[in-house]
Amino acid sequence: MTAVVDFWGVKRRVRLDLCDEPVQVGDYVLNHVGFAIRRIPSEDVQTTLELYEQLLRENTGQGPEDLMAADVRGEIEAGRS
Amino acid sequence: MNPLEFRDPARARELSEALERTVSAIGRNPVSVMHVCGSHEQAIARFGLRATLPRALNVIMGPGCPVCITDMPEIDEGVALALQGVRVATYGDMIRVPGSAGSLADARAAGARVDVVYSVAQAVELARQSSEEVVFFGTGFETTAVATAAVLLDNPPANFSVLSAHKFIPPVMEIVSEMPDTRVEGFLAAGHAATITGSGIFEPFVARHHIPVVVAGFEPLDILAALLCLVEMIRDKRAEVANMFPRCVTREGNRNAQEQLWKVFRPIGGRWRGIAHIPNGNLRLRDEFAHVDARKRFTIDVNALWHRAPSTLVRQCICGNIMAGIASPSDCPLFGRECVPDQPVGACMVSSEGTCRIWHQYGGVPDLRAPATDGCLRCVPTPEGGMA
Repeated sequence: MTAVVDFWGVKRRVRLDLCDEPVQVGDYVLNHVGFAIRRIPSEDVQTTLELYEQLLRENTGQGPEDLMAADVRGEIEAGRS
Repeated sequence: MNPLEFRDPARARELSEALERTVSAIGRNPVSVMHVCGSHEQAIARFGLRATLPRALNVIMGPGCPVCITDMPEIDEGVALALQGVRVATYGDMIRVPGSAGSLADARAAGARVDVVYSVAQAVELARQSSEEVVFFGTGFETTAVATAAVLLDNPPANFSVLSAHKFIPPVMEIVSEMPDTRVEGFLAAGHAATITGSGIFEPFVARHHIPVVVAGFEPLDILAALLCLVEMIRDKRAEVANMFPRCVTREGNRNAQEQLWKVFRPIGGRWRGIAHIPNGNLRLRDEFAHVDARKRFTIDVNALWHRAPSTLVRQCICGNIMAGIASPSDCPLFGRECVPDQPVGACMVSSEGTCRIWHQYGGVPDLRAPATDGCLRCVPTPEGGMA
């Protein structure tokens, strides 16, 4: 089974037989040599970001709000979809 | 999901400062950690991370470039097959790696049929579209081995077979951590490979060697956060497995891919180019797949290559020491002189994941603070690095 994957504008057909779980249109996948090897749940992206923030809080005693410059936050918000 | 979130310069700066504090607290110089993935070296070089790392933190590139650790006799098998008239398909960089008497590119120049493919699935397509024998020269670690396994389990055409030079990463970490000259205090493990195997595969290693392992992704923040996690464990003398790439890696890994991998392959001992004999480090096809095993299907006459004169420069190449983490490209007398990307002597200069190639392209440790006084090249991170 295959799916068409959009790599930031470049569309490629990718095989799904190695994927860890069923995918649906709109899912993110981790691709390696033309095979999807992981469906990336959107909540896991958030977990990774929270992990960084936790590390920084422990190391600096500051909250995550102190770390993000407003302009960068704007850039990220603009690109979020 | 926006990849910029993982390149946020403000967070990168905070992580770098936290790294500096933590490495200072350890109080030793250098604190040496190793990554075992060409993609990590690419990210570290491309985003100029080495310039932002603490001076006392030595991040060594280990045997993580799949092209580089493919052993010469394995390349010779591919070259010999091609020169025997069999059509050989393989991943891009592989065709330029010198064997003991020339590369697959040399064989192609001499009239052999050699195809570069992006995916093993394309090699299967080549076989479907023709009646001639097509051999896929399979290189790389568990991430590419699973793809090879998947096509072999999916009824490939009868004229398709595989010459497996696939390698398995966890066993080489055991060998490298025992090398007396290397003294690695912690490992960054590759997020892609761990997506397949799971972070749990490193637990026995950590228990045996008391060396922490952190699974890391490939964006600048992934790497900086993983390094911070690693040096914190070194500071606290904790040896654990940490997963800093949870958006892709779980403790158990991708069970579906693992099943396919081990159904097709079995681990055996074998040499990794320039490193050592690695017990269980090579992946060979199981007997049930003998019919698609190029080593069983063809008589590969490697001896026929021996009348070709090997390059004398190869003997001066120190790729092995570079991959073992005990030498840098700048220690090699050939680096940037006789050995350049257009005319590589060693495998590390061929692959876009090779240490020498990456250092040649981006500079090794770009020094952004001091002017050049020793005649060395200085490089500036590319604008997309965003590490200002």
